[in-house]
Amino acid sequence: MTDVPPRAPDLAPGPGSPAATAAARIAAIRPRRRLEAAAGLLERPNVLGYLLMLPAAFVILLFIAYPFGWGLWMSFTDKQVGVPWPRVHFVGLQNYVYLWTRDGVFWNTVRNTFLYTTVATAIKWALGIWLAILLNRLVRFQRLIRAAVLLPWIIPTVLSAIAFLWIFDPDFSVINWTLRRIYASLGWGYVKGPLWLGDPTLAMASVTFVNIWRGTPFYAISFLAGLQTISPDLYEAAAIDGAGDWRQFWHVTLPGIKPIMVVVVVFSIIVTFSDFQIVYVLTRGGPANSTHLFATYAYQVAMVGTRLGLGAAISLFMFPVLAVVIVFQLVYLRREPR
Amino acid sequence: MPRRVGEGFRRRLLTFHLPLFLFIVFTLFPFYWMFVTSIKSTRETYDREVNPFVPVACTTAIAAQVRALRFDGPALVENCLYHWRTLLRDTLFIRWLGNSLLVAIVSTGISLFAGITAAYALARLNFRGADTLGVLIFITYLVPPTLLFIPLSDVIGDMPLVHVNLLNSPWALIVAYPTFLVPFCTWLLSGYFRTIPRELEEVAMIDGATRIQAMIRIILPLATPGVLSAGMFAFTLSANEFLYALVFMYDNANKTVPVGVVSELIKGDVFYWGGLMSGALLGSVPVALIYSFFVEHYVAGMTGAVKG
Repeated sequence: MTDVPPRAPDLAPGPGSPAATAAARIAAIRPRRRLEAAAGLLERPNVLGYLLMLPAAFVILLFIAYPFGWGLWMSFTDKQVGVPWPRVHFVGLQNYVYLWTRDGVFWNTVRNTFLYTTVATAIKWALGIWLAILLNRLVRFQRLIRAAVLLPWIIPTVLSAIAFLWIFDPDFSVINWTLRRIYASLGWGYVKGPLWLGDPTLAMASVTFVNIWRGTPFYAISFLAGLQTISPDLYEAAAIDGAGDWRQFWHVTLPGIKPIMVVVVVFSIIVTFSDFQIVYVLTRGGPANSTHLFATYAYQVAMVGTRLGLGAAISLFMFPVLAVVIVFQLVYLRREPR
Repeated sequence: MPRRVGEGFRRRLLTFHLPLFLFIVFTLFPFYWMFVTSIKSTRETYDREVNPFVPVACTTAIAAQVRALRFDGPALVENCLYHWRTLLRDTLFIRWLGNSLLVAIVSTGISLFAGITAAYALARLNFRGADTLGVLIFITYLVPPTLLFIPLSDVIGDMPLVHVNLLNSPWALIVAYPTFLVPFCTWLLSGYFRTIPRELEEVAMIDGATRIQAMIRIILPLATPGVLSAGMFAFTLSANEFLYALVFMYDNANKTVPVGVVSELIKGDVFYWGGLMSGALLGSVPVALIYSFFVEHYVAGMTGAVKG
């Protein structure tokens, strides 16, 4: 697409001819008419609509659709960092087959990602509802407390993850310091405290904990907005009918926030499933590649290990799951009358 | 649930105040921890016997000055703000902050423009294929950056058609961030535009305004709160972004705050905890400030985004 077609030769008659002067007079009038015609076009939804979509379409086609296709292509090659494209080979499904059958870390990564997503989402959901109900009962200092609660979700994740890296430090962990003090004061003797990020299971739990810490505020504030749409009359009616706190929760609160809940949970599943930052900062996938998620493993293989083709295949393994979740979301939004 | 009359104080304490207090401790402790570590001396940081919750050197210095009723700035900096000074003076932190702001502001501007036009078209103009395009944009809104970063780094290293390498320049991020900001702004704003009554526009058009005039003069001013919250969201999303910035920028001087702090203040296995914590704290300040000014908008915008 680099060659520009030659311009059509100018067919206008030579200067000075009668036709030329007439043409000049017409040309003087024409721009206004053309402008008016153009303005008329802009009144048509089919023209203006596409015109207004252009900037967004440009970004999406060039930087989402095209890279997606390019990534798919890359995943079928043995592309490496520094190897120019002419020397790259098409290898078919080899990268996928390798990951599926011979790569030990990959299956552990799959397990981690699903575990991380389900556990973190479930706990964030439960804590989120609880916190939302508490915030909804708040009378004084509403703004201040909401702001404080939302903070973990606002602050750049890697920066707060650094704080957790220090909280989980093998030698100077504040948790272990506190444990030691408690043990000593109870006369249980000396305890060193666990290596929070040094043991595969504990490291996975720690990473999940940080995800919960970061995500709960988002759930809580969204659910709070849902709670505020529930009419107090419903609670009164339920109370008159003799429903206790729990029954009110199940039959009034939960159905009331359901529309927001589905959207929030689906969104959160996608973000958690494709998470990168927390694991990257806290463990870099370690110890011994035991805490990788799809994204961190793809980064490790592609950017640290320079195998771009294989890395692209790893991140594309996320796609089927994301697609299912997105389709579910679309169907749900369509069905639910808004 | 509204507060009920006759609820016992003890019950309230147990079911309301205590859990809420614990939640606040849970959310704020890491920030307290960042702050305390950033104002401790290095020796204190690595002393396992001393109580880690209190920065002794700093508090002693402050207490001494208060007792003597004499303000001594340099001593205060030496005892409390040592790591902050090191961070600001001996690292490229200010530079990173500048990069972060530049990238966030420009990409937010671009995304707001593209988002406003697209959202208006989707919300108001019944053009052919509008529904399909709306669904497509919603899908791209849900596509995570981690799915695309490897091919995108290839694309940005050799831009299609023009064959320019943008890697390692702020432009790499300025073109990359709209990939998640434009769908986001479009989604949020089209929901917002739908809440503005059509009649307002129709009246203006009957009075002779063109569609575009009606859009700019009538709808846009009314949508200011929506545009503001979309812009703030977009700004914090760009300031938070890590993966693209990590992959696309190599030179220390071109990094953004999150990447600079993580990659330059951790050298191999050596952690400069004081510096890291002050970097994390000061790097969070711009975002936290913006957000604290607009909390209400933020919450409204977020619920708007959720309701779609």
